[in-house]
Amino acid sequence: MSTPVSAEKKEKISVPFDYNKYLRPNKLPHIWCPGCGHGIVLKAMLRAIDKAGLEKDNIALVSGIGCSSRTPGYVDFNTLHTLHGRALPFATGIKMARPDMKVIVVTGDGDALAIGGNHFIHACRRNIDLTVLVFTNAVYGMTGGQYSPTSPLGAIATTSRYGNVEPPFDTCEIAKAAGATFVARGTAYHTLELEKTIHEALAHKGTSVVDILDACPTYFGRMNKYKSATHMMETMEKDGTVSVKQVDKLPADKVQGKMLRGVLHKIERPEYCEQYASLVQEKAQGK
Amino acid sequence: MGEAAKKLPNIVINPKLCKGCSICVDFCPTNVLEMRGTCVAVKDLAACTRCQLCDLRCPDFAIQVFD
Ligand SMILES: Cc1ncc(C[n+]2csc(CCOP(=O)(O)OP(=O)(O)O)c2C)c(N)n1
Ligand code: SF4
Ligand code: SF4
Ligand code: SF4
Repeated sequence: MSTPVSAEKKEKISVPFDYNKYLRPNKLPHIWCPGCGHGIVLKAMLRAIDKAGLEKDNIALVSGIGCSSRTPGYVDFNTLHTLHGRALPFATGIKMARPDMKVIVVTGDGDALAIGGNHFIHACRRNIDLTVLVFTNAVYGMTGGQYSPTSPLGAIATTSRYGNVEPPFDTCEIAKAAGATFVARGTAYHTLELEKTIHEALAHKGTSVVDILDACPTYFGRMNKYKSATHMMETMEKDGTVSVKQVDKLPADKVQGKMLRGVLHKIERPEYCEQYASLVQEKAQGK
Repeated sequence: MGEAAKKLPNIVINPKLCKGCSICVDFCPTNVLEMRGTCVAVKDLAACTRCQLCDLRCPDFAIQVFD
């Protein structure tokens, strides 16, 4: 039923990993349902942060509202759990005040792209140095399974009982078009690859967006007749995606209708806080 | 077979954290694990290859495999 990690295993594997190093004591078990992908993403993020050698006190982890936005509550960084859709404005404020800090945003697809869609495109446009991790479960988990801007056509949700008629956003295409300088996609299923992608996103200067496909078995899964969390991971994450590294080698029918995984876009462009600081300096010198 | 090859891994399960989602059982390539009620349990330790997939995909910090 499963594939061993052999392909990913060439590098030194990062597990077993001492997660307690980064977790707040006595906060587990977390609130997420059995099989919810958010926990898998949290673990990959912690391993990536460790790999990047970041100091706990030099990280700010900012979220909005949603199941995914509960992530900061479990970790021992500077954390901020804000308003629905508003993680990016808060994170922008922190980054402007403390450009030395590593500011990471964890946000749901609803949080980032529905109510927070406007903030999302403008953060990307500014190319402010934020690492934005979008937990894409294609549904509003916290409020009971309403369809989200990434729900596929035809998906059943509490608000689309006969199938969703709204075409979904491609988060990565939006991020790229809006100006983000690092855009990638990962899944909870490909967890070592995800760790690597988040590590790369953390190293990039500018707005880095990682769209992460993960499962909400409780709502999306049950309403769309998936048998289990495993079934969702195998069909949506494993079979539903293809790596950018393999896409050119595969026949068209193996690629048709699949989402691309890996680093999809990476360019250099002036970063917002640096531009702002140099303008302030220039004016202070009376130029 | 030398002594080193026979050494069994140490699979540590935290029953207070396991939510019984069965992800680790389903993805284990060598059928080491099984569900007992709502908690995972080791069925065949000798078959474990230390591939770490169970830890990597467990959403709940509930299982780890040590040498
Ligand atoms: C201003 C405002 N509007 C609506 C809500 C209700 N609300 C809470 S979470 C949420 C959506 C969560 O979905 P998503 O961001 O995708 O995260 P998930 O729960 O799926 O991880 C909504 C609509 C709210 N808390 N505040
Ligand atoms: S409702 Fe969905 S997204 Fe929220 S914790 Fe449960 S499985 Fe996860
Ligand atoms: S380490 Fe691999 S072989 Fe051992 S129990 Fe976990 S998934 Fe199975
Ligand atoms: S994946 Fe984790 S929570 Fe799920 S059954 Fe296995 S140990 Fe328990």
